[in-house]
Amino acid sequence: MAKLTPFFFLSFLIISSSLAFQSDEFGLEGAQQQTPTTRKRYSDPDSDSKVHFSLEHAFGDSDFSPAGTFSARLKSWSHGGKTLTKLRFSRNGFSDEEKDTFKNLLKGDDFYRIRLPSNVISPPGKEFVVASVRARCLPRDGLDEHFVIHMEGANVLAVSYGSLGACQYPRQFKLPAKWSFNSHTILKSSEQAPRTPIFTEEILGGENAEGEVEPPPEKSFWAKYWMYLIPLGLVVMNAVTQATNMAEEQTGGQAGGSQVQQSARRR
Amino acid sequence: MAIRVSLLLLVFLSSAVVSFSLYEDQVGLMDWHQRYIGKVKHAVFHTQKAGRKRVIVSTEENVVASLDLRHGEIFWRHVLGTNDAIDGVDIALGKYVITLSSQGSTLRAWNLPDGQMVWETSLHSAQSSKSLLSVPINLKVDKDYPILVFGGGYLHAVSAIDGEVLWKKDFTAEGFEVQRVLQPPESSIIYVLGFLHSSEAVVYQIDSKTGEVVAQKSMVFPGGFSGAISSVSSDKVVVLDSTRSILVTIGFLDGDINFQKTPISDLVENSGNAEILSPLLSNMLAVKVNKRTIFVRVGGEGKLEVVDSLSDETAMSDSLPVADDQVAFASAHHEGSKIQLMVKLVDDLDTVLLRESIEMDQHRGHVDKVFINNYIKTDRSNGFRALIVMEDHSLLLLQQGAIVWSREEGLASVTDVTTAELPVEKDGVSVAKVEHTLVDWLKGHMLKLKGSLLLASPEDVAAIQEMRMKSSGRSKLTRDHNGFRKLFIALTRAGKLFALHTGDGRIVWSMLLNSPTKSEACERPSGINLYQWQVPHHHAMDENPSVLVVGRCGSDSSAPGVLSFVDVYTGKEISSSDIGHSVVRVMPLPFTDSTEQRLHLIADTEGHIHLYPKTSEALSIFQREFQNVYWYTVEGDDGIIRGQGMKSSCAGETADEYCFTTKELWTVVFPSESEKIISTLTRKPNEVVHTQAKVSTDQDLLYKYVSRNLLFVATVSPKGAGEIGSVTPEESALVVYLIDTITGRILHRLSHQGCQGPVHAVFSENWVVYHYFNLRAHKHEVTVVEIYDQSRAENKNVWKLVLGKHNLTAPISSYSRPEMFTKSQSYFFAQSVKTIAVTSTAKGITSKQLLIGTIGDQILALDKRFVDPRRTLNPSQAEKEEGIIPLTDSLPIIPQSYITHSLKVEGLRGIVTAPAKLESTTHVFAYGVDLFYTRLAPSKTYDSLTDDFSYALLLITIVALVAAIYITWVVSEKKELSEKWR
Repeated sequence: MAKLTPFFFLSFLIISSSLAFQSDEFGLEGAQQQTPTTRKRYSDPDSDSKVHFSLEHAFGDSDFSPAGTFSARLKSWSHGGKTLTKLRFSRNGFSDEEKDTFKNLLKGDDFYRIRLPSNVISPPGKEFVVASVRARCLPRDGLDEHFVIHMEGANVLAVSYGSLGACQYPRQFKLPAKWSFNSHTILKSSEQAPRTPIFTEEILGGENAEGEVEPPPEKSFWAKYWMYLIPLGLVVMNAVTQATNMAEEQTGGQAGGSQVQQSARRR
Repeated sequence: MAIRVSLLLLVFLSSAVVSFSLYEDQVGLMDWHQRYIGKVKHAVFHTQKAGRKRVIVSTEENVVASLDLRHGEIFWRHVLGTNDAIDGVDIALGKYVITLSSQGSTLRAWNLPDGQMVWETSLHSAQSSKSLLSVPINLKVDKDYPILVFGGGYLHAVSAIDGEVLWKKDFTAEGFEVQRVLQPPESSIIYVLGFLHSSEAVVYQIDSKTGEVVAQKSMVFPGGFSGAISSVSSDKVVVLDSTRSILVTIGFLDGDINFQKTPISDLVENSGNAEILSPLLSNMLAVKVNKRTIFVRVGGEGKLEVVDSLSDETAMSDSLPVADDQVAFASAHHEGSKIQLMVKLVDDLDTVLLRESIEMDQHRGHVDKVFINNYIKTDRSNGFRALIVMEDHSLLLLQQGAIVWSREEGLASVTDVTTAELPVEKDGVSVAKVEHTLVDWLKGHMLKLKGSLLLASPEDVAAIQEMRMKSSGRSKLTRDHNGFRKLFIALTRAGKLFALHTGDGRIVWSMLLNSPTKSEACERPSGINLYQWQVPHHHAMDENPSVLVVGRCGSDSSAPGVLSFVDVYTGKEISSSDIGHSVVRVMPLPFTDSTEQRLHLIADTEGHIHLYPKTSEALSIFQREFQNVYWYTVEGDDGIIRGQGMKSSCAGETADEYCFTTKELWTVVFPSESEKIISTLTRKPNEVVHTQAKVSTDQDLLYKYVSRNLLFVATVSPKGAGEIGSVTPEESALVVYLIDTITGRILHRLSHQGCQGPVHAVFSENWVVYHYFNLRAHKHEVTVVEIYDQSRAENKNVWKLVLGKHNLTAPISSYSRPEMFTKSQSYFFAQSVKTIAVTSTAKGITSKQLLIGTIGDQILALDKRFVDPRRTLNPSQAEKEEGIIPLTDSLPIIPQSYITHSLKVEGLRGIVTAPAKLESTTHVFAYGVDLFYTRLAPSKTYDSLTDDFSYALLLITIVALVAAIYITWVVSEKKELSEKWR
């Protein structure tokens, strides 16, 4: 349960951050580093600095143009690694001209593309990470967008971009009611693989002994022997009915006694 | 330890592993194994004073082998490692085969009769350089016979008897490259000729006893030399200058160096660049110029004169001393469908000792190499036998105008394999003969019955075995009901296609690829890949399936491509075309046209996509799905994966309406300082998944995330990209990714600290299993990742299913946000792995087995159950019933589950599986230097009776029962009658 709390906190943040141009969120840290508290970070201002990097977008095959700015704290660790934390995002709204081009995209079911610099410390680095989505996936009430930024240290490895929910196929043409963005951003770094379990001999030995001691739960008599009991019951019932029949025959029909004898002999 | 072992044993026994092992008498019933050696590089005959005449060969597959000259069988062979290329092979002392390998750093001696290794010496090498092996025939130093080896900047003299280094001379400081080691007869001084910075000729005179330099002479040649050199006599060599237009004769008689220049234009008119050919001829050299091979005789004073010229497709052998101090050499070339083999005297080219013309299969190409050997006929004249290597890498022995034996060595370098069905059996066309009369049939079954009742005598057992091996129709050329008979179509590095029958492994047909235009640059394209082009289902009776061979003119990736369509039944090329653009990637699409030809997209280096077949019908099919076609490229050097979508027809640039441009949709950029791509893998496109759901023990339902668009990527730290153990655990990390190739989403990302490649992975259904090295534990590990879909998890409600309120039939879009979870578990695995594959069956119902090609060139079948991420330490009763095995830290290697049983698939490179029609059974074909085929039933043959099921026993039992019933009835009737009459 304790593990779930940060998750609820985070999802609360995601929800609360919607309905605005700005989204503000704590970065998700990799499992190898424990998330330092905010206070600690402020007390140690030398090791972190602010970085800004811009989001650019393109409509279909057009050139990329600025669309927003990410700002984050760059945390330098004593072992030389750097990570981004406390990511903030401010999204520029569409201009009228951009709205028109976006409408054209919606009509043509074309791609809306975004890109981020792959190196956030000295943008623009050698390469950009690009992501794209069919424009028709974005409009809900407003324009829903969801960024998952995969980080490796201070490098952006990849960005997943899309709407928050499902995008039904075939995609329907639908204009957004509001031309404002609901932006959600998540930073992700890589997970550590769990260590391969190594069973030492002690554990094995102990387990072995325990395994021997612990008997399987005793089954009930019926559960154990039902397969014998049912036929037995049938046999008994059969015998009982036969016995009653015999009794009836013997009491009811003494006249037919010779007949019975005959048939018995024939048999 | 004992406890552990016994516990492991207990686990094995208790987990009720299905045994896959064979009985001894089942070997060879459904498997076959073929042994090859590869394309021969060097050959040394050993025929004098030998009871069994043999030839020692070394090949491009790093095999050294001894072949029987009479039948071409392998006496013995050794496959050296992939990095252990053989530089030279020779025979020393008449009893040892000496091989020099790994750029002159490893010298080995093998016993000639049986191939046992006698000694091995690893020589000191400081730098990579060309290497040279010289086994002087009559050099003797204090009861020892030195072998002279140059490699890595050092000249070594190694004792032939025990491999001890007698002396070594260090040439690393000067950068001296030894070209020739010459030893004048009856002298203890050896001459070592080499070049310094390829512009200065240096001759060392070295005392063969001590390795001391007696004298040294050098002379600068202003023009500089190009590499190739030809030694024409014991005191002269001929070399080309750096412009390749002047032949320089270097004489070094008595340690004095002199140069003598002869421009090639003096010898031949209109000469272009020349090339010295490798054959060693005495007092003569062969030069390739103007597409002709000219023979140049070197006179006593270094004067050069042209004595003959031949077409450049002629292959020549080294010269061979024949009787009376004469030297002969062989040349072979094509004339129509025949091969002309000639043996001439070197001194007198008009004297032809042998002229033979031999009928040769067209599909062997032209002659590549010739090695000759002579023998004395009964009439005291010289006879010659020639070992020739053809363009398709096959090896043939020619003697007395006939092919004595041939070996299809092309099959040692299979690059791609696909399967094909055999023709349907038609009335009248049937190849099957009515081979069994009823009596034979009954006899056979009586024998089998005896066998199964353990009544058979040894002779009977042998007869049964023979009967099984020849079992009816095993090698028929028609389709069978169970789909056990199939063709494996293999493409080799030489550009030859082979169709192998699964029944007995014989070659049904073979075909050498031809370039349609026969241009000079590309006469013989090299094959890249094989694809199934047309698999007729609707017209299976009257249409033949065909395969597409994508080839390339040259080794460069930007070289123009060649497509070739080959009929699978006949092996004839239906058509072929130069496509005029390069081939980077071929994507078979999941669409076929009305003639059931599959649509293929071919990407070129310019980023254009070309559609094949080029028909308007294919174009219309493609236009319909134009919006939904995506592809990706992996740029391994830059660490970038790019996803692309279709943009438009490239009408603006070319008029080709089957050409399309793409646009970039996503990129994944791996930071070059921390990650380097070492492996990428996708699912097999034709894999069948039977069920999308998995029922877990607590009656819960898990939906598999079955997507064809998943890419598995493994990266390591750049430092850790080297060999295992070259880095510390802290420096190396392995990260694996699962990437959706439509949107570029990273669905799963897991980093293994302290681990290192190479990564071998297999991807099937919703799981990936990969193998790597754990530096911390000093062990290999296998990790399994399974992906499950959560978006469909609500469909568990039965009522929803009944009322149709489920989303199971809704189309799945990659643009929806994926909701999935992964399960993963790592296990230790005790062996290095060369390749991993997985069994595939017709409907995907049968449980799967991993086929692990181990470092020992064997194939281990491991149940997928062992690499289940849900294994726990103490499985509950319900889990046990489901078949979950208690968790162990390592995967078991059960000796009986090697499907190769006692055989080895030397140089194993790949494993191909293909489903049979019978659901339980799968074909497995493994290739390397050897080929191996077997049929596997991962869950036993639950849907058919085994081959040795005794129908006779069944029949006899029925007959006996009927008879017994009749007899008892008669008896009881009689008894009853007598009762009545009493």
